[in-house]
Amino acid sequence: MSARRWLAEPQTRKGALITLLVVVVALLGPWLAPHGSTDMVGPVYGAPAGDAWLGYDFLGHDVLSRLLSGGLSVLWMSVAAASIALAVGTTLGLLAGLSRRRLDQFITWSADVSLAFPDLILVLLIVSMLGRAPWLIVLTVSIAFIPGVIRLTRASAVAVAGQEFVEAAQMMGYSRRRILFKEILPNILTPLLVHFGNMLTWGVGMLSGLSFLGYGVAPPTADWGLMINENQAGLLVQPWAVLAPAVLIGVFAYGTNILAEGIGRSSARLGDRQA
Amino acid sequence: MNAMTEIDAGVLQVRDLRVELPGQVDVVSGISFSLAAGEILGLVGESGSGKTTLATALLAHARRGARIVGGQVHVGDQALLSLEGEALRRARGSLIGYVAQDPATALNPALRIGHLLRETLAAHPSGLDREAQQQRLIETLRDVGLPDDHGFLRRFPHQLSGGQQQRVMLALAFVLRPRLIVLDEPTTALDVSTQAHILATLRRLCKSQGVAAVYVSHDLAVIKDLVDRVMVMYAGRIVETATRDELFSRPSHPYTRGLLAAIPDVAGRRELTAIAGHAPAPGRRPQGCSFGPRCERFTAGCAVAEPLLQMNAAGRGVACLAPHDQALQVKALAPIAALKGRVELPLLSVSGLNVAYDRQVLFDVSLQVQPGECLAIVGESGSGKTSLARAIAGLGENAEGALDYAGRHLPLHARQRDAGLRHQIQYIFQNPYRALNPRQTVYQTLSAPLAHFFGVKGAPARERVEAVLKRVSLPGSVAGLYPHSLSGGERQRVAIARALLCEPRLLICDEITSALDVSVQASILDLLRQLQREGLTMLFVTHDLGVVRAIADRVLVLKVGRVVEQGAVDDVLDHPQAVYTRTLLEHSPSLR
Repeated sequence: MSARRWLAEPQTRKGALITLLVVVVALLGPWLAPHGSTDMVGPVYGAPAGDAWLGYDFLGHDVLSRLLSGGLSVLWMSVAAASIALAVGTTLGLLAGLSRRRLDQFITWSADVSLAFPDLILVLLIVSMLGRAPWLIVLTVSIAFIPGVIRLTRASAVAVAGQEFVEAAQMMGYSRRRILFKEILPNILTPLLVHFGNMLTWGVGMLSGLSFLGYGVAPPTADWGLMINENQAGLLVQPWAVLAPAVLIGVFAYGTNILAEGIGRSSARLGDRQA
Repeated sequence: MNAMTEIDAGVLQVRDLRVELPGQVDVVSGISFSLAAGEILGLVGESGSGKTTLATALLAHARRGARIVGGQVHVGDQALLSLEGEALRRARGSLIGYVAQDPATALNPALRIGHLLRETLAAHPSGLDREAQQQRLIETLRDVGLPDDHGFLRRFPHQLSGGQQQRVMLALAFVLRPRLIVLDEPTTALDVSTQAHILATLRRLCKSQGVAAVYVSHDLAVIKDLVDRVMVMYAGRIVETATRDELFSRPSHPYTRGLLAAIPDVAGRRELTAIAGHAPAPGRRPQGCSFGPRCERFTAGCAVAEPLLQMNAAGRGVACLAPHDQALQVKALAPIAALKGRVELPLLSVSGLNVAYDRQVLFDVSLQVQPGECLAIVGESGSGKTSLARAIAGLGENAEGALDYAGRHLPLHARQRDAGLRHQIQYIFQNPYRALNPRQTVYQTLSAPLAHFFGVKGAPARERVEAVLKRVSLPGSVAGLYPHSLSGGERQRVAIARALLCEPRLLICDEITSALDVSVQASILDLLRQLQREGLTMLFVTHDLGVVRAIADRVLVLKVGRVVEQGAVDDVLDHPQAVYTRTLLEHSPSLR
């Protein structure tokens, strides 16, 4: 019933549509690409022409083909990173929110310490030490996200835990797990989902940033972030090679953001009518 | 409505006021009345009646989404609805004062009392020099019964009691010497004795300064000693207006009579009659009389056209085709469980209970509850009555003392109690809006304790849920709904149903009707009396002595954590021994 309620909000529909558009491009792109993503088919930084709408890049690849093939990696990695962060962070945050002092203090303190550390620096540090395998990058990005999820979950859980229906459940003698996952979690799902949308956006940004800095996906694989990095030298000669992937990243970020906001709005509207 | 013109032009003239929501749905409509200088009007109605909308419209303000679309509001010779911007800002405050419901949130917590008052004076051209301003300020503080020394002016709102805060609100409203004051339930959050003092102050000020006042309230008993005239609202219309004496002695409109019959009276036990059904939401009003579907005098004629407010020469108006012309008959009622003598074994006994947070809130409290009786625990805010109830329910922290339940030792913490004790002692919370998980359907909420305590699932669980819903007078279709689509009264019924499914012997009710409208309260109290007749033992925490009279067998009066008096309800309320009990009784609003 939640999904239907969310879709009733125009904002959600708009966000979902935009996000879906980028996802479809990334998913179907490889099949639609006129050339292979690593085929050198034209002049270096060649301008757009009849058969290459977006021109050629620094090695003479067709920009459109690389664009169509390069979305998948950044999308799956950001979705994976955000999902891991959500699962781990929510569990830890719920535990912290409902437990006695010491565990709460430990979890919150650890989260605070890592929050004080700039995300990108943390990721760069880990990647440069341990290597750049995709799963490792996903893991490190999710580690950077976890503290935020913990803080959000804990704060929301504490607010809900003070309400009488949670006390009623405690008085009935329901198990702690049941109280955490059945009474509290459903009531804090909305801020968490909104946060998930934000993490997707940040994830795409961070992954592209990593590629741009040369720590992400290794060349010659096609990747939106990597494309921006590779072609920056020719920005003035052939701007499309940089602009096109940047625009798609931006559109995806915009879409997930709107989607998250729409979900938040539709739930806020259905929030309790207080007397 | 023509009769209005015959009343001489007073301080406030309202004509054909209409406030709409988008889509031409009217929240209030066809409102016309006038007020003379010094006259106090009580504006009464239940939640959703449009009384707050009307009150704020008098200040040319409509809440978000709503719009004042028609009519006139004249204060003195100023047409308020035609003012805009700076002129309107000046009129608010200097012409019309406003006192909000909750002073704790209405006063800016970052500003000192002196600053708040001086700021109010400075924001309006009063033509007073510094000296005169200071003089005015001190005068006003004295008028509302606050200290006027420097130390008090330096205090922050949170350093004052609720009563003092509300007096500051009064001072802020009166300091500019407005012609009209609009008050929106300013005493709901206050204790009865504080409320009585504030109301007395307000009446004295209005009379001495010739300020007209509109006092919004949901409770007729509260305003009985304050107002000169009463206007009853229902579904955005005025359904009755009369002088106070006439309205209380001979209420005409069936809705007014329903309201009066629903109020529990501290002066004597009487049968409470709830008004059946719900008030219609704006845009869903029935054809004809809005009250028709709930009215026992409903005839075919009522559904044809909306009855207009018919004014008689004495300024009394009723919007009803068949108004009553008799006094309201109240049926006296015998106490429920006439307990004869002591039973051998009390169901619950509390001895030497102490509770302390950062300060001690309960001092050595002892009490006993006999099986089948209803013990009311009465006290003002800060008396520790909720702490007492929570400690018995096993929700309290920092409690010390001994609890015994049916001869067995009862641990102080719910999680140390075994399942048998946990299901036999049930607790119902004050706020029905937070007592139910908003993400669970009524069925999910109700079936959980069945599975938990008795292992009942599936079809038998569904049967039991249906049965219990019937028992609390809710339709079976409620089971599939989420709490947000239920009204406050319906939610409280679901909470009671949840407790009943646990097959309790002792039901602890913590102010469970204080968040509800009087007519809803009457129906909940009726339900509780029914349960009591079926043998349920109850501990009923309340601040309302009227409710005590209506429902309890015995009463225990708490004052700042200590028991000052206890005994049979009629003994205590008719012949109070403790001074404190006497003060409480004196200040309790009564219809007599």
